[in-house]
Amino acid sequence: MRVTVRLFARLRDLAGSGELVRDVQTPATVQSVWKALVAEMPALGEYERTMSVAVNADYSRMSASVSEGDEVAFLPPVSGG
Amino acid sequence: MALVAVTPAALDIQGLTQEVSRSREGDGAVASFIGLVRDHNQGRRVSFLDYEAYEPLAVRALTRITDEVIQAWPDTRIGVHHRTGRIEIGDSSVIIVAVSPHRANAFAACRYTIERIKQIVPIWKHEHFVGGDVWLEGATADPDDESARQAAYRIACA
Repeated sequence: MRVTVRLFARLRDLAGSGELVRDVQTPATVQSVWKALVAEMPALGEYERTMSVAVNADYSRMSASVSEGDEVAFLPPVSGG
Repeated sequence: MALVAVTPAALDIQGLTQEVSRSREGDGAVASFIGLVRDHNQGRRVSFLDYEAYEPLAVRALTRITDEVIQAWPDTRIGVHHRTGRIEIGDSSVIIVAVSPHRANAFAACRYTIERIKQIVPIWKHEHFVGGDVWLEGATADPDDESARQAAYRIACA
């Protein structure tokens, strides 16, 4: 199935794009989407312990399931204000 | 004017103040906070900041914060706007206005809101300084982290 991956800030720079469309195996979780992404782009892996994740623009967890057409976002530590 | 916004446009503290404070005769205090882009950071001479946001989630996170404010200080009303894109030195990146019958709650609501923004709102500063650029990274955002929320509350009430 197909999902949209969103990346922000330095993660976006590392990947060279803020929005990627990827085919992932079902059943998928945020974790499995992330693992596939890091296999493709190992440099992203350094964020595994510090990032937050979101599904369809709502904060989520690595264990959350992902469905066809979902938008899965990986967020470096935030620095607004 | 919306009470919560994430926008590339210049921020309007007067407009937001009017929006938050209008037509409540019981009000006794308005507190506001304006965050500015500073010309130095960690020994670097900053040229400008470029703010990136995951906009729909940033609006949700800001709305969550204003809901938390109303829970903690039920007599208070709050508005918060955060700017995105390139912002020059001295220009405002975030504005917060809190209105309450009493000053203590207005001040606390303002302080709580900026502390929570730095904890859980998906916005990032790309700092451009003399000699290079760097993404600033602060807190791992976890809105369900109760200890972080309590830390913000303690700072607000200190």
